[in-house]
Amino acid sequence: MHGFANPKRFLALAGWLTPLLLVSGLVLTAGALVWGFTQVPPDRLMGETVRILFIHVPTAWLGMGGWTAIAVSSLVFLVWRHPLAAIAARGAAVPGLVFTLICLATGSIWGRPTWGTWWVWDGRLTSMLVLAFLYVAYIALGQAAEREGVSARIPAIFGLLGAINIPIINRSVVWWNSLHQPPSITMGKSAIDGIFLMPLMVAVIGFSLIFGGVVLARMRALLADIQAEARLRRRAMEAD
Amino acid sequence: MKAKHQRLVLVLLALAALFGAVLLAIYALRNQASYFYLPEQMEASPPAVGQAVRLGGMVAPGSLETLSDGITVTFTVTGREDSAVPVRYTGILPDLFVEGSGVVAEGRLDAGGTFIADNLLAKHDENYVPRELEGMSEHQAAKMAEDTTVGLE
Repeated sequence: MHGFANPKRFLALAGWLTPLLLVSGLVLTAGALVWGFTQVPPDRLMGETVRILFIHVPTAWLGMGGWTAIAVSSLVFLVWRHPLAAIAARGAAVPGLVFTLICLATGSIWGRPTWGTWWVWDGRLTSMLVLAFLYVAYIALGQAAEREGVSARIPAIFGLLGAINIPIINRSVVWWNSLHQPPSITMGKSAIDGIFLMPLMVAVIGFSLIFGGVVLARMRALLADIQAEARLRRRAMEAD
Repeated sequence: MKAKHQRLVLVLLALAALFGAVLLAIYALRNQASYFYLPEQMEASPPAVGQAVRLGGMVAPGSLETLSDGITVTFTVTGREDSAVPVRYTGILPDLFVEGSGVVAEGRLDAGGTFIADNLLAKHDENYVPRELEGMSEHQAAKMAEDTTVGLE
């Protein structure tokens, strides 16, 4: 693990892993979506709108997974002080926010024909919206840490504190009566028929690979940013 | 104890305290944060007449009736136990609104104990099933295919 914490070794690994993840993820996702949109029969109640499942569920899981990654990386940064862990946490923020927003948008579009409303303030929808706001705040804090010289520990602590929302999102439909249905997929069993479950799982793998590829790309960009700034500072010192 | 171990213990203690505090808050909130009343909850502690609340449960099979004006419907909402609240609603029904399916009604109780709904939301359950296989085991599905093709040749 300490080996990968070395930025040089990380950059060498990320150099070939990033395009590999992105390309394989795009291919799998495109395949899963074509499968889900054209080959799967309509649901008994929802009809054709069931196809939103193949975007809504993977993006929801990855929106929550993104913050889990931020929390774990923040813990590693706070305890072991690996600078790369802070970079990893910041790298997961933008894709996490984008996936959360896609989840909220597709859920809203799905809610109109099935529930009869675009939005309700039930536990699941509200806690997911809170997650989106947490991402925005985290991104702003991360930029402040870099540009304004705020300690990198501040966004890391915020990343850890925000993790409390993840179990709340997950349990919101169990603890409280909500308009959103209870979980369809729990440990070891699924209430989703195999005909929908297969393309869904392929879509989850595809979206996850894309997510990983974007995180690596963001980390490389952040590292390049830091290097460029250090170089500029050095040049300014020499000129003095 | 090394510095990083001290930090680890400190962070874990802080996290445990935070999670404990939030869990306590959620426990205290468990009724307030619910989106609707179940029929048994509404019967046990009825809200004031005229107070805006939501009622959620299952539309009792066989209870849905359309009144003579054509747009007012009445039905019974049942919960997990054998409790039932009669509901009256005037307006357009959502597509997923059927007997035996979940519903959330927004409205208020009248003096007679009937729930007057201003708005209905259909609640989807966690099951996703293609139309052809609805309520059928694989054996039944195969038998149906056999029955419907018999005598065709």
